[in-house]
Amino acid sequence: MGEFRMPSLGADMEAGTLTEWLVKPGDRVKRGEIVAVVETQKGAIEIEIFEPGTIERFLVDVGAKVPVGMPLALVRGEGEPKAEAAVPSEAKTAAAAPRPAEPTPTPSVPPSPPVAQVPPSSPQPAALLAPTVGRALASPAARRFAGEHGIDLASVPGTGPGGAIGIADIEAALKGAGAATEAPTPKAVGINLDQMRAAIAAGMARSKREIPHYYLQHSVDVTAAEKWLAGFNATRPPATRVLMAAVVLKAVAKAAKRFPEFNGFFRDGKFQASPAVHVGVAIAIRGGGLIAPAIHDADVLSIEDLMSAMRDLVQRTRGGRLRGSEIADPTITVSSLGDRGVEALYGVIYPPQVAIVGVGKVVTRPWVVGKRIAARPVVTVTLSADHRASDGHAGARFLAAIGDQLEEPERL
Amino acid sequence: MTKQQIRAALVEELSNVAPEADLASLDPGADLREALDIDSMDFLNFITAVDRRLGFAVPEADYQKLFTLDGAVEYIGTKLVKIGS
Repeated sequence: MGEFRMPSLGADMEAGTLTEWLVKPGDRVKRGEIVAVVETQKGAIEIEIFEPGTIERFLVDVGAKVPVGMPLALVRGEGEPKAEAAVPSEAKTAAAAPRPAEPTPTPSVPPSPPVAQVPPSSPQPAALLAPTVGRALASPAARRFAGEHGIDLASVPGTGPGGAIGIADIEAALKGAGAATEAPTPKAVGINLDQMRAAIAAGMARSKREIPHYYLQHSVDVTAAEKWLAGFNATRPPATRVLMAAVVLKAVAKAAKRFPEFNGFFRDGKFQASPAVHVGVAIAIRGGGLIAPAIHDADVLSIEDLMSAMRDLVQRTRGGRLRGSEIADPTITVSSLGDRGVEALYGVIYPPQVAIVGVGKVVTRPWVVGKRIAARPVVTVTLSADHRASDGHAGARFLAAIGDQLEEPERL
Repeated sequence: MTKQQIRAALVEELSNVAPEADLASLDPGADLREALDIDSMDFLNFITAVDRRLGFAVPEADYQKLFTLDGAVEYIGTKLVKIGS
C-alpha cells in the first residue's frame, strides 16, 4: 500500500494545511493528477499525486496542518488487494496535532531519503519527516540551520505541527528569546502576504547566507528579435500573440540546456545538474510578494506553447491556484523588471537552484553597427550564479549564448 | 455603441485584469500601467478582452493609444464607427 505524502514545495517549507480533497476514497488516480489543495506560505497550491492507483483511505482531515513528508492518504497500487492497513502513527499525530509523546514513535514505514535528495526533475512525493526514537521532531531545513549554528535540537521547544521544530524556533533560540509566534493576518486574492513575505525572507536570507553569488551582465541588441516578433504577431489575434518575455524565456531555456552548470541544484555539498529545463518565472503579486513557479521543459516548447504556458501560469499564480510541481521543480529562474522601467536587475538565487537570470527594460541606445553608430533597442541580461557550481568564465559564455539566441530569434 | 457604453465595458474588463484595483478612483487620463500596476502580460490580457468583447483586434503598433482610459475609449469608439458597429 503506497502513501501519498505532504510534498515539499520549496527548501524552506516545513508544513502545509490541507484545505480540500479533490478525490474521494475509491477513486482511481493517474500519475500527475491533482488530488488535493494545500495552503502554504505561497498560497493555495494544488497537489498532484505521482503514483497511480486507487485512493484507499484519507489519513488527514481537511483543516489539519501537516508537516512535510507526513502521509495524507493510503493509495492502493494496480492489482493490489484491498486491505485494512494500519494508519501510520505520525498521521494520527498530525490530525490531532498535539505535542508528540517522548520518545517520538518510529514511523511504521521505512523512512525515505531526506527531501534534499529527491531528484530535481522527478516530482515524487516528498520524503518522510522521519521522527526517529530519541531525536527531536524537526524539519530538514531547521535541522540543517541548527547544525550550522551549533544549536542542540533537544534544547529547542518546537512550535510547529505536532511540536515540530522549525527555523523560526531555531532563530528564537539563537536570540535567547521565546519561541516565535505567528499572528493571523488578512489575505489578498487567496494569498497571505505576510506569510509570503516570511517565506521570501527565509529563502533569501538562506541564499545570501549560504550561496557565494557572482554577478555578470551582458547587453544585447534586440533589433532582430523585435522585428521577428512584430512579424510573428502581425496576423495573429491578441489571444495568441507572443510577448518579448516569452522570447527571452526560450533563449534562457535553450542556453541552460547547453550550459548545465546553471541548471540544477546544489544539495548535500555538491551540484546536481538537471536533465530537464524547468524555468521558474518570477511573477509579482500585486500588493507585495512574488512567486517563481516553473514552466516545465521550457527548452523544447514552441514559442506559442511557451507563451500560452506563461499566460496560464501568471493567471493561476495571481489567482492563488498553483500546482505543487510548479513550485517544487524550477531548475533555474528568470526575473524581469523591464515593465517597471528597470534597466538591469541582479537577482538573489532561490536555493537550492544555482542561477537566476535578470532581464531589464528594452532601451534605445547608441550602438556600433559595422563602423557606424546607430540607435538600437538594447536589453541588459544579467546572471547571478552560485560560485560553488560554476565560474565567471562559464557564466560569460552562458550569457553570450542567451544573447546569440536573441540576435537570431528565428532559431528559437 | 456609445462612448459611455464603451467606457463601461473597458472598466469592467480592466477590473477583471486587475481585480485588486480601485477602478472607481481611476484617473481617466492616467497611464493604466502605472495606475493599476499592470504589466505587459496584463495589458495583453486587456487587449485580448477588448477583442473578445468588442470584436476589434488592436494592432500592436496602436497599443500606446490605449495606455489611458480616455485614450482607449476614444480609440475604440473611432474604430467601431469605422467598421460600422
